[in-house]
Amino acid sequence: MTVKSVFAGFGGQGVLLMGYILAFTGMRIGKHVTYLPSYGAEVRGGTANCTVVVSDQEIASPVASSPDFAVVMNNPSLIRFATVVRSGGGLLLNDDLVHSPVKRDDLTVLRIPVSTIAHQLGEDRSANVVMVGAFAEMSQVAPLEAFKEALADTGLGKKAKVLEINRKALDAGAEAVRQAMKKEKSA
Amino acid sequence: MTKQLMRGSHVLGEAAVRAGCRYYFGYPITPQNEVPEYLSGRLLEVGGTFVQAESELSSINMVIGAAMAGGRVMTSSSSPGISLKQEGISYLAGQEMPAVIANMIRGGPGLGNIAPAQSDYFQATRGGGHGDYRCLVLAPASCQELCDLTFSAFDLADKYRNPVMILGDGLMGQMMEPVEFPEPVDPAALPKKDWILDGAKGRPSRIILSMLLDPKRLEAHNYKLTRKYDAMTAAEQRWEEYQCDDALLVVVAYGTAARIVKGAIKRVREMGLKVGLFRPISLYPFPKEPLSRLTQRVRQVLVFEMSSGQMVEDVQIAVKSQAEVHFYGRPGGVIPTPEEVAHQISHYYHNAHLAQGEAADGRRAGGAA
Amino acid sequence: MKQVFHKPKSLKPAIYHYCPGCGHSIIHRLVAEVIDELGIQEKTVGVPPAGCAVLAYNYFDVDMGEAPHGRAVAVATGIKRVLPDRVVFTYQGDGDIAAIGTGGAVHAANRGEKITVLFINNGVYGMTGGQMAPTTVAGMNSTTTPGGRDVARDGYPLDLTQMLAVAGGSVYLERVAVNSPKNIKKAKKAIKKAFQAQLDGLGFSLVEILSTCPTNWKMSPIKAMEYIDQSMSKVFPLGVIKDKTGYDEKQGEES
Repeated sequence: MTVKSVFAGFGGQGVLLMGYILAFTGMRIGKHVTYLPSYGAEVRGGTANCTVVVSDQEIASPVASSPDFAVVMNNPSLIRFATVVRSGGGLLLNDDLVHSPVKRDDLTVLRIPVSTIAHQLGEDRSANVVMVGAFAEMSQVAPLEAFKEALADTGLGKKAKVLEINRKALDAGAEAVRQAMKKEKSA
Repeated sequence: MTKQLMRGSHVLGEAAVRAGCRYYFGYPITPQNEVPEYLSGRLLEVGGTFVQAESELSSINMVIGAAMAGGRVMTSSSSPGISLKQEGISYLAGQEMPAVIANMIRGGPGLGNIAPAQSDYFQATRGGGHGDYRCLVLAPASCQELCDLTFSAFDLADKYRNPVMILGDGLMGQMMEPVEFPEPVDPAALPKKDWILDGAKGRPSRIILSMLLDPKRLEAHNYKLTRKYDAMTAAEQRWEEYQCDDALLVVVAYGTAARIVKGAIKRVREMGLKVGLFRPISLYPFPKEPLSRLTQRVRQVLVFEMSSGQMVEDVQIAVKSQAEVHFYGRPGGVIPTPEEVAHQISHYYHNAHLAQGEAADGRRAGGAA
Repeated sequence: MKQVFHKPKSLKPAIYHYCPGCGHSIIHRLVAEVIDELGIQEKTVGVPPAGCAVLAYNYFDVDMGEAPHGRAVAVATGIKRVLPDRVVFTYQGDGDIAAIGTGGAVHAANRGEKITVLFINNGVYGMTGGQMAPTTVAGMNSTTTPGGRDVARDGYPLDLTQMLAVAGGSVYLERVAVNSPKNIKKAKKAIKKAFQAQLDGLGFSLVEILSTCPTNWKMSPIKAMEYIDQSMSKVFPLGVIKDKTGYDEKQGEES
């Protein structure tokens, strides 16, 4: 199995960290991974994105021209990435900021209010980790437990309290996706 | 040793430190700024020296000085900066000073852009600066290989007393992949060099120079260098053959382009096309003999580069008239997709009637039975 | 019989290729005498320039490493950073350090690289045949300034040493000349002080030495010596330009 994902948003939303957590988790469970951030003048401008490939096989190109998933944290990124996701792929949107309609009917689109959920958890800064939990559930690229374990060895694992709240954030994101999927099915 | 998830630029720096490199002299340029950023801190930890010079010119000349004094030394830059360093690289070659230079190639000519490209192949493999010389050039295609080649580059530089160039691109510098690092080398445990300038204590004074005003002496010196390049050619050709055993067409590509080709081969193999990859890892010396052997059997060759065609000339020299050599390139920093390359492979494969040839063979086999 | 004059140990038994009346021969001797007197022959590494003194390695009996034109301070920086307890000096002409190598000189001084620069200013590109140097004084003839240097056309003579005075890491800068016994004595004192500053790890030291090039100046050796007094030292006045060594104060206390 090979899963190619793009994470995109404003600089400061923790977009690159989201991709890093995924790549790091993938590596920890023995998969081949590549992580490629956008770089150069672009990064310093304000928008940020990265591409992560997780695979059972050696990865050819770390660039994804038609990713399986796009995780979109702001409106400008929706415009840029909604069109490139492969047919049948998934689109995960930050419902607190992204309100534009998606003009494709060949994708699974889930809208998760990650900022609201993070706020309810008492840590606004964990919105990106909530989104990682949502992505884990939606993509099934790795078990949620693997993400939780891996988190301890990223920058978020330095303080026990921070680690704890971010593990809760992963759970909350995954749960939000399960609820959203149920709604999708019943709709 | 556990794997670490690290970006290419940091991998380069870490592998250098582990190889015993303690001196880095550089100047900022995108897309390789993470190399000096990493080493500025890392070299402090191991008691090394990091200098951000005022220019590319000064940084490469500091490298010359550090090499003369016996230090394991490196610099890094990207295309326009490497152009500026060429005079110094020519001196390193003429003076036979060991040093490692990394070029994370960006789109050119001129200021170009900061996207990944392979357009400095000629510059790297033909010397690059003035005079009759070569650098040993290594082109990794993954972060792990970047680590391994950087680690051995310092030994090769010392072995041949010659500059060694690591040829990557912007993508390789930015990309993160899991890497397993080798155990660190203690610089104090490295073999002592008997030619360095460290003060003539208890021995006659030494001179290091490339200037030989007498043409006969310079000629002798150039022949000595040539013999060294011949020795490199005999001992240091590195390459990878991927799915070449049954191939009717091979793609020749290196570095990032070779990764894309692997993705393309997966696609065309699914369609039943027998295609392999020949990936040069050492660009100088170019793996001429193995490619020549391969093309005694495989008569269709497609060269793919992220440039408008440079390595293709070395392929033609190696292949001679044994096989038909085609070229596909994307210059300017464009990263082609595996689908696009697969399309090109399929085009040349069918143009050469390889699919039909196979069918004909099949009929003959059937008739015989 | 007592020997009162001998060849410095740090000079090889070679015959100079320099022209009659050329200042390089005098300066080489002064540098070698200073190296001998400080007892540092076995720990000194020299970096000669591109220019007439490119063959300096034939004369100095210390380790010598060649630098590209204008890059001697960078090469010296590399050597010194690897071997901080050695003494590293560069020997550079005016074209080398004040034209093509200006940037390197300014930044090495500013970083306070613990090296010593001997800057030989003879107002002309000697080895290439007498072209205008950054330090050619107004009105002076060169092969690329027909009718003499015209500042409106060719720009002004550049005082590099003065420029280096504003660099935070320079500790000792002095301008001397080698055109009279008195000046030669002063020059040697300055060179010794510059090496001492390096030995004491104080920072960047440089001695600018006004020197003669009778061949390219198209003068007799004696006329050339006089020209330094009459013309060059008017534009480039002799004396200490910067001294943060504190050596003179110490001497004052002792005496």
